Amino acid sequence: MKIAVCLKRVPDTETRIKIGADGRSIDEDGVKFILNPYDEYAVEQALQLKDSAGTGEVTAISLGSSASQETIRTALAMGVDRGILLETDALPLDPVPIGKALAAELGSGDYDLIFFGKVAIDDYSHAVGTIVSELLGIPSVSAVGRLEIADGKGTAEREIEGGVEVVEFSLPAVLTAEKGLNEPRYPALRGIMMAKKKPLEIKPVELEEGGLSVVELSVPPARPAGRIVGEGADAVPALVEALRTEAKVI
Amino acid sequence: MSNVLAVLEQRAGELKQVSHEVLTAARALADALGGSVDALVIGSTGVDATGLGAYGADRVTLVEDEELSLYQPDVFNEVVTAQVRAGDYAAIILAATAMGKDLAPRVAARLDCPLAVDVTAIDGSGGITVTRPAYSGKAIYTAEVTATPCVISVRPNAFTPSENAREAAVETRPAPRPDLRARTVRVNEPAGERLDVAEASIVVSGGRGLKGPENFKLVEDLADAFGNAAVGASRAVVDAGWRPHADQVGQTGKTVSPQLYIAVGISGAIQHLAGMRTSKVIVAINKDKDSPIFKVADYGVVGDLFEIVPRLTEEIRKVRGG
Repeated sequence: MKIAVCLKRVPDTETRIKIGADGRSIDEDGVKFILNPYDEYAVEQALQLKDSAGTGEVTAISLGSSASQETIRTALAMGVDRGILLETDALPLDPVPIGKALAAELGSGDYDLIFFGKVAIDDYSHAVGTIVSELLGIPSVSAVGRLEIADGKGTAEREIEGGVEVVEFSLPAVLTAEKGLNEPRYPALRGIMMAKKKPLEIKPVELEEGGLSVVELSVPPARPAGRIVGEGADAVPALVEALRTEAKVI
Repeated sequence: MSNVLAVLEQRAGELKQVSHEVLTAARALADALGGSVDALVIGSTGVDATGLGAYGADRVTLVEDEELSLYQPDVFNEVVTAQVRAGDYAAIILAATAMGKDLAPRVAARLDCPLAVDVTAIDGSGGITVTRPAYSGKAIYTAEVTATPCVISVRPNAFTPSENAREAAVETRPAPRPDLRARTVRVNEPAGERLDVAEASIVVSGGRGLKGPENFKLVEDLADAFGNAAVGASRAVVDAGWRPHADQVGQTGKTVSPQLYIAVGISGAIQHLAGMRTSKVIVAINKDKDSPIFKVADYGVVGDLFEIVPRLTEEIRKVRGG
């Protein structure tokens, strides 16, 4: 089984966002970058499928700056066989050109399955994997929380508001991983050592600009200061009164 | 290129509340651009479209197939893209729900047009400009749409539905039956009837301060006292396996904007605050007065949640009962 996993390098969830000098992007100075958390589930699922098939290859693909090599190495340390960096300096806000650049690479790879995380925690587009499937003309299921693959077919479950959709599809397919799909492994020391020797190919790519031009990136206004209503259960009547008469939400 | 297509969402023949928000956003944009609003409802037969004019639709098209009771991406994509190609649209607006987040990228990819996701404000006064949070609400993009049509998904609860009395013309046509690359075969409904955290107007969330999964009963009782509130959870308790991931509020969970958010025993890690800071009113109950949660809370109560929460439940029952 040939499997691809698409990865993104993103700021850590604990990062405090500061706006950069251009006013249109974040100040990356001092920011810790990690493998997008949802992509960890995608990597784990790919590795489990390869393990259970007993044969095959898992390729990690990332679109981004040279620094994304480090992100790919994290996946290689988890057990992925090889990596491809589609190198570009800047990613547009519009996810469509991103999907096109990845589809151009993925389309020639003859993959049985292509995994993504359901969303990258920076731009939060929740779109690129699904765009790729549409461009490649193959089925996709987004935000998959449970997956079974057998005999060239798959069944995926995805959470919707107040329920779980059950979707059937045939391979090849694109799947985007939801948290809870599995328990991602930590790279072991041996894996980290081995990752240094695994192949990582770098291909420069040119992206279209897309149809969204960023005017400004700003930090949301701070919430106006609230107040402590009181201490302990005795404060509850005052709280309820405030919610009724001041905030008018009950 | 000045009309707006609003793609609405229904479940079991009933339009979802968020569809009124989509129509309201579409109406405002169409008015700014000097165009009209076409609403599209796709699904099984028997959807009641009366009253959609009240939220701003000029024309409503029901695209029906008795076998289309579930969301089938390939059918929905074909219906929407065919409508866009046959019309004269500046924007296609849908809700950033589970369905909208799946459908919007399909439509944008097939039409090769820009996609703006999870939008919280749209300005049509000079071209189209959208506002959308990123980094899970820690930052906000303002972006100009430079190519039309543009697909825009709007965040639930970001647009307040407003009535805009007009009569909508309603037409019905059969849905196409393309080959389905992926087929939705069923929806498993959970046993409980509780609302999803992303949809509810009141959310009561619990964190590590509850000390154990069994104590979430306190949070559930409080949610029940409000009638129709959802129960949320912090990442710490989801990672500990106390609650399902579907309940998680925060950067690796759901982003919510309810009218009232009550944080019980949640200290307020930055990734949690990112997921709930746009709530209209925030109440925090925590024993540590220095918890970061109190910095975003409108109202805070410091103390033992095991005493405070049952008392609050009792008071809310009184208020609602009387």
